[in-house]
Amino acid sequence: MDLADQIAQYMVSGLSTGAIYALIGIGFAIIYNSTEIINFAQGELVMLGGMFTLFFLETMKLPLPLSILLAVLATIASGVLFERLTIRPLKAPTPLSLIIITIGGSILIRGIAMLVWGKDTHALPAFSGSEPIAVGSATILPQHLWIFALTGIAIVSNKLFFQYTITGKAMRACAVNRRAAGLVGIDVRRMVLFSFAISGGLGSLAGIIVAPLTMTSYDVGIMLGLKGFCAAIIGGLSGGIGTVLGGLLLGTLESLGAGLISSGYKDAIAFVILLLILFIRPQGLFGRAQTERV
Amino acid sequence: MLKVKNINTYYGKVHALKNVTIHLAQGEIVALIGANGAGKTTILNTLSGVIPARTGSIQFLGEPVETLPPDRIVKIGISQVPEGRQVFKGMTVADNLELGAYLRFRSREPREQIRQDMRHMYELFPRLEERKKQMAGTLSGGEQQMLAIGRALMARPRLLLLDEPSMGLAPLVVQEIFGVIERLRRDEGTTILLVEQNARAALKMADRGYVLETGKVILEGAAAELLENPEVQRAYLGKEKKEIWER
Repeated sequence: MDLADQIAQYMVSGLSTGAIYALIGIGFAIIYNSTEIINFAQGELVMLGGMFTLFFLETMKLPLPLSILLAVLATIASGVLFERLTIRPLKAPTPLSLIIITIGGSILIRGIAMLVWGKDTHALPAFSGSEPIAVGSATILPQHLWIFALTGIAIVSNKLFFQYTITGKAMRACAVNRRAAGLVGIDVRRMVLFSFAISGGLGSLAGIIVAPLTMTSYDVGIMLGLKGFCAAIIGGLSGGIGTVLGGLLLGTLESLGAGLISSGYKDAIAFVILLLILFIRPQGLFGRAQTERV
Repeated sequence: MLKVKNINTYYGKVHALKNVTIHLAQGEIVALIGANGAGKTTILNTLSGVIPARTGSIQFLGEPVETLPPDRIVKIGISQVPEGRQVFKGMTVADNLELGAYLRFRSREPREQIRQDMRHMYELFPRLEERKKQMAGTLSGGEQQMLAIGRALMARPRLLLLDEPSMGLAPLVVQEIFGVIERLRRDEGTTILLVEQNARAALKMADRGYVLETGKVILEGAAAELLENPEVQRAYLGKEKKEIWER
């Protein structure tokens, strides 16, 4: 296998992990834009997606598609519950106290998951076999195709929701100008709740589709969450294309770095990028953060 | 239509409204005038439920409304055009107007009625129609003010609260906006509570007025009388001084 083939292979796996990061990152962005907080429990929602699927599949013995659907719904419910119990009760919330609460919440969720499901690593079955498909000189797993397809669908429907539905527009309005949103009759707290629900849905989907490739356990949320955060930061915390590109860029760089330099540096690459962006271009690589938020 | 009785509103420990009592009758234009910090905007925000009054009562169409949250206030027919327009800058003009009708979408009102009202807004403010696909943040100050008014009207309010609609605008634009306000009352019977620093212009258009000072109503009466009142002339109209837009 010569270098070009290797690079093609790294690109394929990089893009698929990148797609996962993008989904998680969009979850960060949606909550950030409606509440100005970084929800550090986002990664735990990703973990819950995988763990719930496993629960429905193996403990309840349900078929895989149904388990996935139920897992997404259960994670959405967890996101909503999280908002209700931790964010809403605060009388005088400041972004800082809320962010700390989300960190506390993430530790709690992780702890509960560990007690319920143990510390073992679990594998989800691939959605449709694991016979590799040759694409040019690279090979690609059916699960990669699922990742690309489902991520694409999720991102496009997310975009359509925010662009064309009145609820989506109302959520954007809260992000743009909370006070004015209240004055036109939008119940801002309800929109915050919605943003947790949508982030829960996207996050769980990410956790589910990646689980057959990378396995899942009670603590996968930490790393996946931070990588998603990194994608969102590269994208300037936009809920749209910026974060998608951020995720893909991050996934590809990570995969190339791990393959060509050393796999030990895989995570370091992500965090070096994160720090560089925060130091040099805190508004994100793709600018326009002020007008493109959603 | 609106009866506000002895309300007291606080910002933390600051006593911003002290026993304020005002009323509005159906179809009236009432002006609130006073210096900066007199509590004009606070009255509007208390009415809108943004900063609820600590004591006192507010009745709208016979119902007590002092404890309702902002979205319920809009629902019962009180819309505010906030100070500094506060349009949704990163969204299009059309989206801004649509969001004004948010509660009507939520209550499943037929889309056609909402669309008809959009057309009506474009007829009131033809410049908004020319720019309906543009981002609201790219509009001029006057256009943003028009958009803010149009957005509030999209909720079909019975009472419109206008906070400093002339702020920072060129004289001709102010005239245009005041023209629309008068037209709203004349053609649609909208009741209007107008907060203005530009006291003379406000009183010329209004039926009645209240003068506020440090959170208290110190004078009230027919607008024409207030215009003639020597106290008011000295303190708020700047006797002898002619505003540019009046020439």
